[in-house]
Amino acid sequence: MENILEVKDLKLWFSMYERGFKKKNLEVLHSLSLELRKGEVLAVVGSSGSGKSLLANAVLGLLPGNARLSGEIVYKGMALDNKNRKSLLGREIAYIPQSVDYLDPLMKLGKQVQGVYGTKERQRELFEKYRLPLSTEKKYPFEVSGGMARRILVSSAVMGEPELIIADEPTPGLSADMAMETLMHFRELADKGAAVLLITHDIDLAFNVADRIAVCYAGTIVEIAPTSDFVSGKDALRHPYSKAFIDALPQNGFKPIGGSQPYAGNLPDGCLFAERCPYRSAECGGEIPMRELRGGEVRCVHAT
Amino acid sequence: MRLEAENISFRYNSKSPYVLKDLSLSIENGERVAVVGPSGCGKSTLAKILAGYIKPQTGRVLLDGKPLPEKGYCPVQLIYQHPELAVNPRWKMDKILNEAWQVPKELMDKMGIEEPWLKRWPSELSGGELQRFCIARVLSPETRFLICDEITTMLDVITQAQIWELLIEQAEKNSLGMLVITHNMALADRVCNRVIKLTE
Repeated sequence: MENILEVKDLKLWFSMYERGFKKKNLEVLHSLSLELRKGEVLAVVGSSGSGKSLLANAVLGLLPGNARLSGEIVYKGMALDNKNRKSLLGREIAYIPQSVDYLDPLMKLGKQVQGVYGTKERQRELFEKYRLPLSTEKKYPFEVSGGMARRILVSSAVMGEPELIIADEPTPGLSADMAMETLMHFRELADKGAAVLLITHDIDLAFNVADRIAVCYAGTIVEIAPTSDFVSGKDALRHPYSKAFIDALPQNGFKPIGGSQPYAGNLPDGCLFAERCPYRSAECGGEIPMRELRGGEVRCVHAT
Repeated sequence: MRLEAENISFRYNSKSPYVLKDLSLSIENGERVAVVGPSGCGKSTLAKILAGYIKPQTGRVLLDGKPLPEKGYCPVQLIYQHPELAVNPRWKMDKILNEAWQVPKELMDKMGIEEPWLKRWPSELSGGELQRFCIARVLSPETRFLICDEITTMLDVITQAQIWELLIEQAEKNSLGMLVITHNMALADRVCNRVIKLTE
């Protein structure tokens, strides 16, 4: 299957002022690699602050000025840089932002959804599809509810039928039916040949639409596996963090593990999860590469 | 203690349709009530009315039979859906955290708030990290009721489970009443004693 998006060994630093004029570099993404195939929905889940949104922003070129990247981002076989981004974004590549305050507060919603390349007819068609009343197009963002604003973001992204959709948490604030419907719409777009990178916390909803699921922790991907492994429960999974993740769902154990994700300025050597891991041993202190295991990939020396 | 809403109706202006119409409910302390319903049915508006942020056109909100205090610390506190909009972007995190009370170090550790975050601006933290500040700052001993408006939707499931475990512990210790707005039925069943369904 053709790869729409390839991210190879991506590293990302932010330079920060520490004291006075002294600067330091904070590494927030570490050797992150993934492939997104045509017609596929890849869900990215993981702890908050693990760099899921940064990954999206890196692909889209939305990082602030103090960010520095290394590694490769390849879209349909060509390196994605600021020059070709300009012709792709908004046409072939669409983005659904995480926060509803990405909407322009001073612009009416209809006009905002049409954007630069859209038409009024398509906008009305989408409003109908997402069950937004026609009167919404004359409203300002503050007049609509969180769920409606979310649907507006989704409809503006699918305005010009994109080939790569990067959705950064499109579902919080939507009722279960509406969230499911939004996700099914991504499935539909993927079945028509688009590739969807779905960043989400609602892993139980993602089960229904994703082909594969990638789990992020502290700025890197610890496991990528087919969705079926996640559905069949923690025993089919490879990394101890993904197992703990599944266990913490309210419909499963609702039992959290202790501790919190290490801060980017204060990372341990070797495995980033070692501090909270029940299987920790001396080998965990070394460099842990991603390796293939049972039809998935995992970054853990103990996984079997 | 009891938090009551009596025949509340609300609309944004005299021409717009009613968001809430003649709604009444009551929560006892120590009770955890879930509110579910489709998006746009007025759940967040209800949250803001109960916490005293907006006034309903008709009806009233009573705490132990008395209206909510106009001055000083309000014993009904709201935790908002979008933490990035609930903090002052021109304040650093330690000022935000300690606005209403001095949050003890112990609670900070429990919430997973790291010391270096206190020196940062809100724009330098993720949604989940900000939400922990927003929760810690309302857990003052003076708080009697907590209104939680989709407070964990932006968090990963492990942090969600950690935060609910902690909130339930605090709620039981201080015998807080909680109104939990959520779309996740599994969560509502786990956390709450009672479920209220709102319709459009």
